[in-house]
Amino acid sequence: MVHDLYQEIILDHSKRPRNCHSMPDATRQADGYNPLCGDKLKLFVKVENDIVVDVSFVGSGCAISTASASLMTESLKGKTREEALKLLEKFHELLTTDTAISQDLGKLVVFCGVRDYPARVKCATLAWHTLKSALTAELTEPVSTE
Amino acid sequence: MSTLSKQVMAGFDVDKVREDFPVLKQNIHGKPLVYLDSAATAQKPFAVIDAIRRFHEVDCANIHRGVHELSQRSTAAYEETRIKARRFLNSRSKDELIFVRGTTEGINLVTNSWGRRNVKAGDEVIISAMEHHSNIVPWQMLCEENGAKLRVIPMNERGELLMEEYEKLLNPRTRMVAVTHVSNALGTINPVRQIIQMAHQAGALTLIDGAQAAPHMKVDLQALDADFYTFSGHKVCGPTGIGILYGKSALLNAMPPYQGGGDMIKVVTFEKTTYADLPYKFEAGTPNIAGGIGLGAALDYVTQLNIDQIAAYEHALLAYGTQALSAIPGLRLIGTAREKASVLSFVMEGIHPHDIGTLLDRQGIAVRTGHHCAQPVMDFFNVPATTRALAFYNTFGEIDALVAGLHKVKEVFA
Repeated sequence: MVHDLYQEIILDHSKRPRNCHSMPDATRQADGYNPLCGDKLKLFVKVENDIVVDVSFVGSGCAISTASASLMTESLKGKTREEALKLLEKFHELLTTDTAISQDLGKLVVFCGVRDYPARVKCATLAWHTLKSALTAELTEPVSTE
Repeated sequence: MSTLSKQVMAGFDVDKVREDFPVLKQNIHGKPLVYLDSAATAQKPFAVIDAIRRFHEVDCANIHRGVHELSQRSTAAYEETRIKARRFLNSRSKDELIFVRGTTEGINLVTNSWGRRNVKAGDEVIISAMEHHSNIVPWQMLCEENGAKLRVIPMNERGELLMEEYEKLLNPRTRMVAVTHVSNALGTINPVRQIIQMAHQAGALTLIDGAQAAPHMKVDLQALDADFYTFSGHKVCGPTGIGILYGKSALLNAMPPYQGGGDMIKVVTFEKTTYADLPYKFEAGTPNIAGGIGLGAALDYVTQLNIDQIAAYEHALLAYGTQALSAIPGLRLIGTAREKASVLSFVMEGIHPHDIGTLLDRQGIAVRTGHHCAQPVMDFFNVPATTRALAFYNTFGEIDALVAGLHKVKEVFA
Protein backbone atom coordinates (compact mmCIF):
# COMPACT_ATOMS: atom_id res chain seq x y z
CA MET A 1 0.00 0.00 0.00
CA VAL A 2 2.20 2.83 1.23
CA HIS A 3 5.32 0.78 1.66
CA ASP A 4 6.92 3.07 -0.91
CA LEU A 5 6.85 5.71 1.84
CA TYR A 6 6.95 3.69 5.04
CA GLN A 7 9.82 1.40 4.11
CA GLU A 8 11.01 -1.11 6.68
CA ILE A 9 14.13 0.90 7.49
CA ILE A 10 12.07 4.04 8.08
CA LEU A 11 9.68 2.20 10.40
CA ASP A 12 12.65 0.69 12.21
CA HIS A 13 14.34 4.05 12.78
CA SER A 14 11.06 5.67 13.83
CA LYS A 15 10.43 3.02 16.45
CA ARG A 16 14.05 2.76 17.60
CA PRO A 17 15.71 6.06 16.75
CA ARG A 18 19.52 5.99 16.90
CA ASN A 19 21.51 8.70 18.67
CA CYS A 20 18.37 9.87 20.39
CA HIS A 21 19.75 11.57 23.49
CA SER A 22 21.07 14.93 24.55
CA MET A 23 24.80 15.69 24.40
CA PRO A 24 26.24 17.76 27.25
CA ASP A 25 29.54 18.42 25.44
CA ALA A 26 28.04 19.42 22.08
CA THR A 27 29.77 22.40 20.52
CA ARG A 28 26.61 23.45 18.72
CA GLN A 29 22.93 22.93 19.12
CA ALA A 30 19.81 24.14 17.36
CA ASP A 31 16.06 23.80 17.68
CA GLY A 32 13.74 22.79 14.88
CA TYR A 33 9.99 23.19 14.89
CA ASN A 34 7.40 22.36 12.30
CA PRO A 35 4.28 24.33 13.20
CA LEU A 36 2.18 22.35 10.73
CA CYS A 37 2.68 19.05 12.56
CA GLY A 38 3.87 20.25 15.94
CA ASP A 39 7.07 18.27 15.44
CA LYS A 40 9.85 19.48 17.71
CA LEU A 41 13.50 18.60 17.58
CA LYS A 42 16.63 19.61 19.43
CA LEU A 43 19.85 18.78 17.62
CA PHE A 44 23.29 18.42 19.22
CA VAL A 45 26.45 18.52 17.12
CA LYS A 46 30.03 18.12 18.20
CA VAL A 47 32.44 19.62 15.69
CA GLU A 48 36.19 19.21 16.18
CA ASN A 49 38.70 20.61 13.68
CA ASP A 50 35.85 21.19 11.24
CA ILE A 51 34.82 17.52 11.42
CA VAL A 52 31.42 16.44 12.69
CA VAL A 53 32.51 13.90 15.27
CA ASP A 54 29.14 13.31 16.90
CA VAL A 55 25.46 14.15 16.34
CA SER A 56 22.41 13.41 18.43
CA PHE A 57 18.85 14.63 18.83
CA VAL A 58 15.86 14.63 21.12
CA GLY A 59 12.30 15.54 20.25
CA SER A 60 8.93 14.31 19.22
CA GLY A 61 7.51 13.91 15.78
CA CYS A 62 5.97 11.67 13.18
CA ALA A 63 7.60 8.51 11.87
CA ILE A 64 9.07 10.31 8.87
CA SER A 65 10.66 13.13 10.85
CA THR A 66 11.97 10.82 13.59
CA ALA A 67 13.43 8.34 11.11
CA SER A 68 14.94 11.16 9.10
CA ALA A 69 16.64 12.61 12.18
CA SER A 70 17.87 9.19 13.21
CA LEU A 71 19.31 8.30 9.81
CA MET A 72 20.81 11.77 9.47
CA THR A 73 22.77 11.39 12.68
CA GLU A 74 24.20 8.11 11.41
CA SER A 75 25.20 9.53 8.05
CA LEU A 76 27.01 12.62 9.31
CA LYS A 77 29.66 11.30 11.61
CA GLY A 78 33.16 11.85 10.24
CA LYS A 79 32.08 14.34 7.60
CA THR A 80 33.47 17.85 7.34
CA ARG A 81 31.03 20.66 7.76
CA GLU A 82 31.15 21.34 4.08
CA GLU A 83 30.48 17.71 3.25
CA ALA A 84 27.58 17.69 5.68
CA LEU A 85 26.03 20.74 4.07
CA LYS A 86 26.53 19.22 0.64
CA LEU A 87 24.75 16.09 1.77
CA LEU A 88 21.86 18.25 2.95
CA GLU A 89 21.58 19.70 -0.55
CA LYS A 90 21.54 16.27 -2.11
CA PHE A 91 18.98 15.05 0.39
CA HIS A 92 16.77 18.02 -0.39
CA GLU A 93 17.09 17.28 -4.12
CA LEU A 94 16.13 13.69 -3.47
CA LEU A 95 12.87 14.81 -1.88
CA THR A 96 11.89 17.65 -4.14
CA THR A 97 13.15 16.93 -7.65
CA ASP A 98 13.09 14.12 -10.19
CA THR A 99 16.84 14.15 -10.68
CA ALA A 100 18.76 10.90 -10.58
CA ILE A 101 19.41 9.61 -7.11
CA SER A 102 22.89 10.46 -5.91
CA GLN A 103 25.05 7.54 -4.84
CA ASP A 104 26.45 9.66 -2.00
CA LEU A 105 23.18 9.40 -0.12
CA GLY A 106 23.71 5.81 1.01
CA LYS A 107 20.87 4.61 3.23
CA LEU A 108 19.14 7.98 2.94
CA VAL A 109 17.72 6.93 -0.45
CA VAL A 110 14.91 5.21 1.46
CA PHE A 111 13.33 8.64 1.68
CA CYS A 112 12.87 8.89 -2.09
CA GLY A 113 9.21 7.87 -1.62
CA VAL A 114 8.58 11.21 0.08
CA ARG A 115 8.69 12.80 -3.40
CA ASP A 116 5.17 11.56 -3.95
CA TYR A 117 3.92 13.13 -0.72
CA PRO A 118 4.58 16.88 -1.00
CA ALA A 119 2.78 17.49 2.29
CA ARG A 120 5.35 15.33 4.06
CA VAL A 121 8.55 16.85 2.65
CA LYS A 122 8.79 19.18 5.63
CA CYS A 123 8.67 16.21 7.99
CA ALA A 124 11.66 14.61 6.28
CA THR A 125 13.68 17.81 6.11
CA LEU A 126 13.09 19.14 9.64
CA ALA A 127 16.23 17.55 11.08
CA TRP A 128 18.29 18.69 8.12
CA HIS A 129 17.12 22.29 8.33
CA THR A 130 17.98 22.21 12.00
CA LEU A 131 21.39 20.85 11.11
CA LYS A 132 21.94 23.71 8.71
CA SER A 133 21.17 26.31 11.35
CA ALA A 134 23.48 24.54 13.80
CA LEU A 135 26.36 24.31 11.35
CA THR A 136 26.04 27.64 9.59
CA ALA A 137 25.56 29.56 12.82
CA GLU A 138 28.84 28.06 13.87
CA LEU A 139 30.58 29.42 10.79
CA THR A 140 30.05 32.94 12.08
CA GLU A 141 31.78 32.10 15.35
CA PRO A 142 35.54 32.60 15.80
CA VAL A 143 37.32 29.36 14.91
CA SER A 144 39.08 29.35 18.27
CA THR A 145 35.88 28.50 20.14
CA GLU A 146 35.89 24.98 18.80
CA MET B 1 -27.64 -4.18 12.94
CA SER B 2 -27.08 -3.77 9.21
CA THR B 3 -25.76 -0.53 7.79
CA LEU B 4 -29.01 -0.04 5.90
CA SER B 5 -31.23 -0.38 8.93
CA LYS B 6 -29.09 2.07 10.86
CA GLN B 7 -29.63 4.65 8.16
CA VAL B 8 -33.34 4.02 8.10
CA MET B 9 -33.38 4.26 11.87
CA ALA B 10 -31.82 7.68 11.67
CA GLY B 11 -34.68 8.75 9.39
CA PHE B 12 -32.52 10.36 6.76
CA ASP B 13 -31.98 9.24 3.17
CA VAL B 14 -28.25 9.73 3.02
CA ASP B 15 -27.84 7.93 -0.32
CA LYS B 16 -30.16 10.41 -1.95
CA VAL B 17 -28.35 13.33 -0.29
CA ARG B 18 -24.99 12.06 -1.54
CA GLU B 19 -26.28 12.27 -5.11
CA ASP B 20 -26.27 16.04 -4.65
CA PHE B 21 -22.50 16.15 -4.02
CA PRO B 22 -20.49 15.46 -7.19
CA VAL B 23 -17.14 15.55 -5.40
CA LEU B 24 -18.05 12.50 -3.34
CA LYS B 25 -18.28 10.31 -6.42
CA GLN B 26 -14.63 9.71 -7.01
CA ASN B 27 -11.83 7.37 -6.15
CA ILE B 28 -8.72 8.52 -4.33
CA HIS B 29 -5.68 6.28 -4.78
CA GLY B 30 -8.03 3.67 -6.23
CA LYS B 31 -10.46 3.67 -3.28
CA PRO B 32 -13.84 5.41 -2.94
CA LEU B 33 -13.36 8.81 -1.33
CA VAL B 34 -14.37 8.91 2.32
CA TYR B 35 -14.46 12.61 3.13
CA LEU B 36 -14.22 13.17 6.87
CA ASP B 37 -12.77 16.67 6.89
CA SER B 38 -15.96 18.71 6.92
CA ALA B 39 -14.92 20.78 9.94
CA ALA B 40 -12.23 22.26 7.70
CA THR B 41 -14.62 22.77 4.81
CA ALA B 42 -17.87 21.14 3.80
CA GLN B 43 -18.43 19.82 0.29
CA LYS B 44 -20.71 21.66 -2.11
CA PRO B 45 -24.00 20.39 -3.55
CA PHE B 46 -25.01 20.93 -7.18
CA ALA B 47 -27.41 23.64 -6.03
CA VAL B 48 -24.48 25.80 -4.89
CA ILE B 49 -22.24 24.98 -7.84
CA ASP B 50 -25.08 25.75 -10.27
CA ALA B 51 -25.97 29.04 -8.59
CA ILE B 52 -22.38 30.26 -8.86
CA ARG B 53 -22.11 29.14 -12.47
CA ARG B 54 -25.43 30.70 -13.36
CA PHE B 55 -24.33 34.02 -11.91
CA HIS B 56 -21.19 34.03 -14.04
CA GLU B 57 -22.95 32.76 -17.14
CA VAL B 58 -26.13 34.79 -17.06
CA ASP B 59 -26.28 37.57 -14.47
CA CYS B 60 -22.72 38.76 -13.96
CA ALA B 61 -22.49 42.45 -13.10
CA ASN B 62 -21.43 44.59 -10.19
CA ILE B 63 -24.05 45.26 -7.54
CA HIS B 64 -25.61 48.38 -5.99
CA ARG B 65 -24.44 50.47 -8.96
CA GLY B 66 -25.79 50.08 -12.44
CA VAL B 67 -29.34 50.71 -13.53
CA HIS B 68 -28.99 48.07 -16.19
CA GLU B 69 -30.72 44.72 -16.09
CA LEU B 70 -27.71 42.58 -15.20
CA SER B 71 -26.72 44.78 -12.30
CA GLN B 72 -30.24 44.68 -10.96
CA ARG B 73 -30.38 40.89 -11.23
CA SER B 74 -27.00 40.54 -9.49
CA THR B 75 -28.00 42.94 -6.76
CA ALA B 76 -31.29 41.17 -6.19
CA ALA B 77 -29.67 37.73 -6.01
CA TYR B 78 -26.92 38.93 -3.67
CA GLU B 79 -29.32 40.76 -1.37
CA GLU B 80 -31.68 37.80 -1.38
CA THR B 81 -28.99 35.91 0.56
CA ARG B 82 -29.23 38.45 3.36
CA ILE B 83 -32.93 37.72 3.62
CA LYS B 84 -32.27 33.97 3.61
CA ALA B 85 -29.60 34.38 6.27
CA ARG B 86 -32.03 36.37 8.43
CA ARG B 87 -34.44 33.46 8.32
CA PHE B 88 -31.64 30.92 8.82
CA LEU B 89 -30.37 32.68 11.95
CA ASN B 90 -33.65 34.26 13.08
CA SER B 91 -32.20 37.73 13.50
CA ARG B 92 -34.60 40.65 13.91
CA SER B 93 -33.56 42.42 10.74
CA LYS B 94 -31.58 41.59 7.63
CA ASP B 95 -29.73 44.86 8.12
CA GLU B 96 -27.96 43.41 11.16
CA LEU B 97 -26.23 40.90 8.89
CA ILE B 98 -22.96 41.98 7.33
CA PHE B 99 -21.24 40.06 4.58
CA VAL B 100 -17.65 39.23 5.48
CA ARG B 101 -15.03 36.86 4.08
CA GLY B 102 -15.68 34.39 6.85
CA THR B 103 -15.64 33.94 10.60
CA THR B 104 -12.09 35.24 10.85
CA GLU B 105 -12.98 38.51 9.19
CA GLY B 106 -16.17 38.75 11.23
CA ILE B 107 -14.16 38.63 14.46
CA ASN B 108 -11.52 41.01 13.14
CA LEU B 109 -14.22 43.46 12.14
CA VAL B 110 -15.48 43.49 15.73
CA THR B 111 -12.05 43.76 17.35
CA ASN B 112 -11.04 46.58 15.00
CA SER B 113 -14.23 48.57 14.89
CA TRP B 114 -15.92 47.95 18.22
CA GLY B 115 -12.84 46.83 20.15
CA ARG B 116 -10.47 49.68 19.42
CA ARG B 117 -13.04 52.20 20.52
CA ASN B 118 -14.46 50.37 23.53
CA VAL B 119 -11.72 48.27 25.08
CA LYS B 120 -9.40 50.50 27.12
CA ALA B 121 -6.35 50.10 29.32
CA GLY B 122 -7.21 47.94 32.32
CA ASP B 123 -10.31 46.47 30.67
CA GLU B 124 -10.69 42.74 30.26
CA VAL B 125 -11.72 40.42 27.45
CA ILE B 126 -12.68 36.83 28.20
CA ILE B 127 -12.19 33.99 25.72
CA SER B 128 -12.11 30.25 26.38
CA ALA B 129 -9.48 27.51 26.44
CA MET B 130 -10.97 25.85 23.36
CA GLU B 131 -10.93 28.75 20.92
CA HIS B 132 -9.77 28.51 17.34
CA HIS B 133 -6.81 30.80 16.63
CA SER B 134 -9.23 33.14 14.86
CA ASN B 135 -10.96 33.86 18.17
CA ILE B 136 -7.69 34.22 20.09
CA VAL B 137 -5.27 36.23 18.00
CA PRO B 138 -7.53 39.21 17.09
CA TRP B 139 -8.39 39.71 20.78
CA GLN B 140 -4.75 39.32 21.75
CA MET B 141 -3.77 41.96 19.22
CA LEU B 142 -6.47 44.30 20.53
CA CYS B 143 -5.49 43.78 24.16
CA GLU B 144 -1.82 44.39 23.39
CA GLU B 145 -2.62 47.56 21.52
CA ASN B 146 -4.96 48.99 24.14
CA GLY B 147 -3.36 47.68 27.31
CA ALA B 148 -6.29 45.41 28.15
CA LYS B 149 -6.11 41.98 29.70
CA LEU B 150 -7.07 38.72 27.99
CA ARG B 151 -8.55 36.14 30.34
CA VAL B 152 -9.29 32.52 29.53
CA ILE B 153 -12.11 30.27 30.77
CA PRO B 154 -10.47 26.91 31.57
CA MET B 155 -11.90 23.52 30.63
CA ASN B 156 -11.90 20.03 32.11
CA GLU B 157 -10.45 16.80 30.71
CA ARG B 158 -13.65 16.07 28.81
CA GLY B 159 -13.31 19.38 27.01
CA GLU B 160 -16.11 21.21 28.84
CA LEU B 161 -15.82 24.80 30.01
CA LEU B 162 -15.70 25.30 33.77
CA MET B 163 -18.68 27.58 34.29
CA GLU B 164 -17.87 28.32 37.92
CA GLU B 165 -14.43 29.53 36.83
CA TYR B 166 -16.08 31.63 34.15
CA GLU B 167 -18.30 33.23 36.77
CA LYS B 168 -15.20 34.17 38.79
CA LEU B 169 -13.55 35.78 35.76
CA LEU B 170 -16.49 38.11 35.14
CA ASN B 171 -16.10 41.51 36.78
CA PRO B 172 -16.96 45.16 36.15
CA ARG B 173 -13.88 45.51 33.91
CA THR B 174 -15.04 42.76 31.57
CA ARG B 175 -15.96 44.36 28.26
CA MET B 176 -16.37 41.33 26.06
CA VAL B 177 -16.86 37.57 26.31
CA ALA B 178 -15.91 35.87 23.04
CA VAL B 179 -16.42 32.11 22.89
CA THR B 180 -17.06 29.44 20.34
CA HIS B 181 -20.49 27.88 20.02
CA VAL B 182 -19.03 24.50 19.01
CA SER B 183 -15.34 23.59 19.30
CA ASN B 184 -13.75 22.59 15.99
CA ALA B 185 -11.13 20.41 17.66
CA LEU B 186 -13.26 18.80 20.37
CA GLY B 187 -16.84 19.01 19.17
CA THR B 188 -18.00 20.45 22.49
CA ILE B 189 -21.27 22.37 22.29
CA ASN B 190 -20.89 25.19 24.77
CA PRO B 191 -23.82 26.47 26.84
CA VAL B 192 -23.73 29.78 24.99
CA ARG B 193 -27.18 30.92 26.13
CA GLN B 194 -26.01 30.76 29.73
CA ILE B 195 -22.60 32.25 28.87
CA ILE B 196 -24.32 35.20 27.21
CA GLN B 197 -26.74 35.75 30.09
CA MET B 198 -23.93 35.75 32.62
CA ALA B 199 -21.90 38.18 30.53
CA HIS B 200 -24.86 40.52 30.20
CA GLN B 201 -25.46 40.42 33.94
CA ALA B 202 -21.86 41.52 34.39
CA GLY B 203 -22.39 44.33 31.89
CA ALA B 204 -20.22 42.76 29.18
CA LEU B 205 -20.97 42.15 25.51
CA THR B 206 -20.65 38.79 23.78
CA LEU B 207 -19.34 37.47 20.49
CA ILE B 208 -20.09 33.89 19.52
CA ASP B 209 -17.95 32.10 16.95
CA GLY B 210 -20.54 30.07 15.09
CA ALA B 211 -18.25 28.55 12.45
CA GLN B 212 -18.84 24.98 13.62
CA ALA B 213 -22.37 25.47 14.93
CA ALA B 214 -24.15 26.85 11.89
CA PRO B 215 -23.64 23.66 9.83
CA HIS B 216 -24.88 21.34 12.55
CA MET B 217 -27.68 22.89 14.57
CA LYS B 218 -30.45 25.43 14.52
CA VAL B 219 -29.09 28.83 15.52
CA ASP B 220 -31.69 31.24 16.89
CA LEU B 221 -30.09 34.63 17.38
CA GLN B 222 -33.08 36.17 19.11
CA ALA B 223 -33.26 33.34 21.62
CA LEU B 224 -29.48 33.42 22.19
CA ASP B 225 -29.37 37.22 22.56
CA ALA B 226 -25.72 37.30 21.44
CA ASP B 227 -24.40 40.77 20.66
CA PHE B 228 -22.27 39.48 17.79
CA TYR B 229 -22.42 36.11 16.03
CA THR B 230 -20.39 35.06 13.03
CA PHE B 231 -20.00 32.06 10.72
CA SER B 232 -18.35 31.02 7.46
CA GLY B 233 -20.33 30.05 4.39
CA HIS B 234 -17.96 27.31 3.30
CA LYS B 235 -18.64 25.20 6.37
CA VAL B 236 -22.37 25.24 5.55
CA CYS B 237 -21.79 23.84 2.04
CA GLY B 238 -21.36 27.32 0.57
CA PRO B 239 -18.28 28.67 -1.19
CA THR B 240 -15.14 29.95 0.54
CA GLY B 241 -14.55 33.66 0.98
CA ILE B 242 -18.03 34.54 2.19
CA GLY B 243 -19.58 34.56 5.63
CA ILE B 244 -21.88 36.53 7.87
CA LEU B 245 -21.34 38.74 10.87
CA TYR B 246 -24.43 39.48 12.90
CA GLY B 247 -24.41 42.44 15.26
CA LYS B 248 -27.20 44.11 17.19
CA SER B 249 -28.17 47.19 15.21
CA ALA B 250 -27.65 49.62 18.12
CA LEU B 251 -24.06 48.39 18.43
CA LEU B 252 -23.38 48.40 14.71
CA ASN B 253 -24.81 51.90 14.36
CA ALA B 254 -22.48 53.19 17.06
CA MET B 255 -19.40 51.52 15.62
CA PRO B 256 -17.05 53.24 13.17
CA PRO B 257 -16.64 51.64 9.73
CA TYR B 258 -14.16 48.78 9.46
CA GLN B 259 -12.85 49.72 6.02
CA GLY B 260 -13.40 52.76 3.86
CA GLY B 261 -14.16 52.71 0.16
CA GLY B 262 -16.93 52.43 -2.36
CA ASP B 263 -20.39 51.21 -1.42
CA MET B 264 -20.09 52.18 2.25
CA ILE B 265 -20.83 55.87 1.73
CA LYS B 266 -23.70 58.26 1.20
CA VAL B 267 -21.85 61.44 0.28
CA VAL B 268 -18.14 61.90 -0.29
CA THR B 269 -16.41 65.26 -0.46
CA PHE B 270 -12.77 66.01 0.28
CA GLU B 271 -13.87 67.61 3.52
CA LYS B 272 -16.17 64.93 4.85
CA THR B 273 -17.77 61.59 4.09
CA THR B 274 -21.17 60.50 5.29
CA TYR B 275 -21.38 56.76 5.78
CA ALA B 276 -24.05 54.51 4.44
CA ASP B 277 -26.69 52.97 6.69
CA LEU B 278 -26.48 49.41 7.92
CA PRO B 279 -25.40 46.99 6.71
CA TYR B 280 -23.54 48.76 3.90
CA LYS B 281 -21.48 50.90 6.28
CA PHE B 282 -19.37 47.79 6.87
CA GLU B 283 -19.20 46.57 3.29
CA ALA B 284 -16.59 48.64 1.48
CA GLY B 285 -15.63 47.74 -2.06
CA THR B 286 -17.01 45.23 -4.52
CA PRO B 287 -17.85 42.19 -2.43
CA ASN B 288 -17.68 38.48 -3.20
CA ILE B 289 -20.88 38.60 -5.24
CA ALA B 290 -20.71 35.07 -6.59
CA GLY B 291 -19.88 33.83 -3.09
CA GLY B 292 -22.84 35.64 -1.61
CA ILE B 293 -25.16 34.12 -4.18
CA GLY B 294 -23.62 30.68 -3.60
CA LEU B 295 -24.14 31.09 0.14
CA GLY B 296 -27.81 31.82 -0.47
CA ALA B 297 -28.12 28.56 -2.41
CA ALA B 298 -26.32 26.71 0.40
CA LEU B 299 -28.67 28.08 3.07
CA ASP B 300 -31.64 27.07 0.92
CA TYR B 301 -30.18 23.60 0.50
CA VAL B 302 -29.55 23.05 4.20
CA THR B 303 -32.93 24.53 5.11
CA GLN B 304 -34.71 22.24 2.66
CA LEU B 305 -32.91 19.20 4.14
CA ASN B 306 -34.06 20.46 7.55
CA ILE B 307 -31.35 21.37 10.04
CA ASP B 308 -33.03 19.43 12.86
CA GLN B 309 -33.02 16.27 10.74
CA ILE B 310 -29.39 16.91 9.88
CA ALA B 311 -28.57 17.28 13.57
CA ALA B 312 -30.42 14.06 14.46
CA TYR B 313 -28.71 12.07 11.71
CA GLU B 314 -25.27 13.43 12.59
CA HIS B 315 -25.90 12.61 16.22
CA ALA B 316 -26.60 8.99 15.29
CA LEU B 317 -23.39 8.94 13.21
CA LEU B 318 -21.44 10.43 16.10
CA ALA B 319 -22.77 7.85 18.56
CA TYR B 320 -21.91 5.03 16.16
CA GLY B 321 -18.45 6.48 15.43
CA THR B 322 -17.68 7.05 19.10
CA GLN B 323 -18.50 3.44 19.90
CA ALA B 324 -16.60 2.05 16.89
CA LEU B 325 -13.45 4.09 17.53
CA SER B 326 -13.46 3.41 21.27
CA ALA B 327 -13.24 -0.30 20.49
CA ILE B 328 -9.84 0.13 18.79
CA PRO B 329 -7.08 -0.78 21.26
CA GLY B 330 -4.64 2.06 21.91
CA LEU B 331 -7.02 4.73 20.59
CA ARG B 332 -7.98 7.60 22.87
CA LEU B 333 -10.76 10.03 22.05
CA ILE B 334 -9.97 13.69 22.66
CA GLY B 335 -13.03 15.71 23.52
CA THR B 336 -15.71 13.71 25.29
CA ALA B 337 -18.09 16.44 26.35
CA ARG B 338 -21.60 15.39 27.25
CA GLU B 339 -22.97 17.96 24.80
CA LYS B 340 -21.15 17.27 21.58
CA ALA B 341 -21.48 17.90 17.85
CA SER B 342 -20.24 15.49 15.19
CA VAL B 343 -16.51 15.82 15.64
CA LEU B 344 -14.30 12.86 16.55
CA SER B 345 -10.75 13.71 17.57
CA PHE B 346 -8.36 11.06 18.76
CA VAL B 347 -4.79 9.95 19.22
CA MET B 348 -3.33 6.48 18.77
CA GLU B 349 -0.64 5.20 21.04
CA GLY B 350 2.78 5.37 19.43
CA ILE B 351 1.54 6.59 16.04
CA HIS B 352 1.82 10.23 15.05
CA PRO B 353 -1.33 11.84 13.57
CA HIS B 354 0.48 12.78 10.38
CA ASP B 355 1.39 9.18 9.73
CA ILE B 356 -2.21 8.20 10.38
CA GLY B 357 -3.34 10.93 7.98
CA THR B 358 -1.03 9.81 5.18
CA LEU B 359 -1.85 6.14 5.62
CA LEU B 360 -5.59 6.83 5.63
CA ASP B 361 -5.27 9.07 2.58
CA ARG B 362 -3.78 6.17 0.67
CA GLN B 363 -6.99 4.31 1.46
CA GLY B 364 -9.09 7.18 0.14
CA ILE B 365 -9.96 8.54 3.59
CA ALA B 366 -9.54 12.29 4.07
CA VAL B 367 -9.05 13.44 7.66
CA ARG B 368 -7.57 16.45 9.37
CA THR B 369 -4.39 16.01 11.37
CA GLY B 370 -2.27 18.35 13.45
CA HIS B 371 -3.17 21.23 15.68
CA HIS B 372 -6.46 22.23 13.98
CA CYS B 373 -5.66 25.92 14.37
CA ALA B 374 -6.25 25.40 18.06
CA GLN B 375 -2.75 24.99 19.45
CA PRO B 376 -3.74 25.84 23.03
CA VAL B 377 -6.27 22.99 22.94
CA MET B 378 -3.60 20.56 21.77
CA ASP B 379 -1.20 21.83 24.42
CA PHE B 380 -3.85 21.23 27.08
CA PHE B 381 -4.21 17.59 26.06
CA ASN B 382 -0.49 17.46 25.25
CA VAL B 383 -1.12 15.92 21.81
CA PRO B 384 -1.48 16.82 18.19
CA ALA B 385 -4.67 15.00 17.23
CA THR B 386 -6.35 13.39 14.28
CA THR B 387 -9.85 14.57 13.64
CA ARG B 388 -12.65 13.33 11.54
CA ALA B 389 -15.56 15.68 11.36
CA LEU B 390 -18.74 14.04 10.26
CA ALA B 391 -21.25 15.71 8.01
CA PHE B 392 -24.77 14.75 7.02
CA TYR B 393 -23.48 13.27 3.76
CA ASN B 394 -21.32 10.74 5.61
CA THR B 395 -22.55 7.20 6.09
CA PHE B 396 -22.28 4.51 8.72
CA GLY B 397 -20.40 2.50 6.10
CA GLU B 398 -17.78 5.23 5.91
CA ILE B 399 -17.21 4.96 9.64
CA ASP B 400 -16.68 1.22 9.14
CA ALA B 401 -14.17 2.09 6.40
CA LEU B 402 -12.39 4.42 8.81
CA VAL B 403 -12.18 1.73 11.48
CA ALA B 404 -10.81 -0.75 8.93
CA GLY B 405 -8.35 1.92 7.77
CA LEU B 406 -7.13 2.49 11.30
CA HIS B 407 -6.58 -1.23 11.78
CA LYS B 408 -4.36 -1.15 8.67
CA VAL B 409 -2.47 1.80 10.13
CA LYS B 410 -1.85 -0.25 13.24
CA GLU B 411 -0.55 -3.14 11.13
CA VAL B 412 2.03 -0.89 9.46
CA PHE B 413 3.29 0.27 12.84
CA ALA B 414 2.92 -3.07 14.59
